[in-house]
Amino acid sequence: MKLDMGHKTKRRISQTGLSVLGITVALLFLFPYVSMLLTAVKPKSDITDIPPTYFPKHWEWDNFIKVFQELPFGMYIRSTILISVSTMILGLLASIPAGYYVARNNFRLRTPFLLLVLVTQMFSPTTLLIGIYREMSSLHLVNSYLGLIIINASFNLAFSVWILSSFFKSIPIEIEEAAAIDGASRFQTFRKISLPLALPGIVTTAIFTFIAAWNEYVVAYTLASSPSKQPFSVGLSLLIGYYEVKWNYLFAGSLIAIIPVFILFVMIEKYLVSGLTAGSVK
Amino acid sequence: MSTQTYKKGSSWAALPWLGPALILIFGFVLWPMVELFLMSFRKVSVSGLIKGWAGLDNYRALLDNSDLAGTLKRTLIWLVVIVFFTMAISLPLAQLMNAKFRGQKFLRYSIIVPWAASLVITATSSKWILDPYYGILNTILIDLRIIKEPIDLLGDPKSAFICLLVVGILVSLPFTSYVLLAGLQSIPQDILEAAKVDGAGHWKGYWAIIFPLLRPAFLVGAVINAVYVFNSFPIIWVMTTGGPGYETDTTTTFAYKIAFRDQDIGQSASLAVGNFLIILVFIMLFLKLSKWKELDQQ
Repeated sequence: MKLDMGHKTKRRISQTGLSVLGITVALLFLFPYVSMLLTAVKPKSDITDIPPTYFPKHWEWDNFIKVFQELPFGMYIRSTILISVSTMILGLLASIPAGYYVARNNFRLRTPFLLLVLVTQMFSPTTLLIGIYREMSSLHLVNSYLGLIIINASFNLAFSVWILSSFFKSIPIEIEEAAAIDGASRFQTFRKISLPLALPGIVTTAIFTFIAAWNEYVVAYTLASSPSKQPFSVGLSLLIGYYEVKWNYLFAGSLIAIIPVFILFVMIEKYLVSGLTAGSVK
Repeated sequence: MSTQTYKKGSSWAALPWLGPALILIFGFVLWPMVELFLMSFRKVSVSGLIKGWAGLDNYRALLDNSDLAGTLKRTLIWLVVIVFFTMAISLPLAQLMNAKFRGQKFLRYSIIVPWAASLVITATSSKWILDPYYGILNTILIDLRIIKEPIDLLGDPKSAFICLLVVGILVSLPFTSYVLLAGLQSIPQDILEAAKVDGAGHWKGYWAIIFPLLRPAFLVGAVINAVYVFNSFPIIWVMTTGGPGYETDTTTTFAYKIAFRDQDIGQSASLAVGNFLIILVFIMLFLKLSKWKELDQQ
């Protein structure tokens, strides 16, 4: 009995120790974002205090609304949403049939195809920027939404193909065969049976592509020269160059841009690792 | 799943299904690669017009560039330091994320934030924190009596580069620690228990039993992280623009500067070709480590 009690207390102490450690580590990760929040709710006059105060003198929560008047934030977010949603749709159109086909069929060029897909994951547009710029200018797609959408969709194909093919693979083939016996065509089987069953996979890849486009920076920074075409990431980096930076509004806007992405990210957390490592872990 | 589920078919039958993906890959990933290679051998005017072939002139100009040596050295440091510290911290971090305690969910979600947030936002916030006048870090250090006067950490090349490395590690940790967490979760519970009660102590048990099982995840995580780190542009660009001068540039930001500031597209393309070849080496490494072909056949 006594020994048991000792064990229990010991376990409780180590539990508390772990909690303290875990929460401290968590706060270290959150530090840049918390300090952003503390700046975002500062009134204009507090921003230029030297030395700065840790906490705002007044908590100006309406900075989160004022940001739409003080900065061209609405315009940036509109572009960002437009680019991200279109990238998501284009990405799905390309990756759903491909993911399905490689999950269900063996053909001679299957491995080369998968290798090609992998290449799109490893090469970021950063390295190929000059090539991308040349191509886009010959297609007259510099400074256009369409150019950014196509590039984003192309470079984020890999994740979608990996995840979707693993979802399609997990659907028992017997279900599809039964449909085929009932006289359904290849495409009907795909559309009526496999597609609905793979819906979680489709949602996961849709979210992933959306986030990748939402956060993309270097291509948009290079191609989108007019403010009305720039996503938030580019707008933000250019606003810092101004003489008088409205840091509180800048950070209020940044936090607004982070929150939806964070929620979506948490939703697909389970599949992130396997999609990003081409299924080689887990 | 066995190969029985496959129907053998010709590659032509695959075309309607793979077509859209192939158009995107060939049209917008491979074409820019070809275009990049060609540009590296071309004579390009400042305004971007092609003035014929240059042979190896662009490569020669790059090798003569007095900032190249320093940039290469820094790129190596950037890669090695970030990947090393990221992996070294990720191992205990993944262990912590896998432990059961009050606040575990909070820890896991907090680690997702730097991953989900745009790198531009994280870099902007870091730049603000480090600001010599308005930044909170100087205030904290002065209040803790570690320094007397505010210092401009991003103004000096050495300290600026260290700051960039720290931010680079911070944003790398989420991916690698989640990869290792996935690896840990795939280890059967009884093996984890055995490692604990072995009597050999936690430390010994960890290295003898758990780490060998984690090794595939560890290596794959490290290689993919290396590719991310090598390609990383926004952190350096937003925080220092590679400055002061060229003193915090890596080959990625350096290539950007040569192309879009100095307007020397040809020389920049030759550097980008170098970057391309380095990534190719990483891809080979990934394929080897992940035993990719076997996985594909499953």
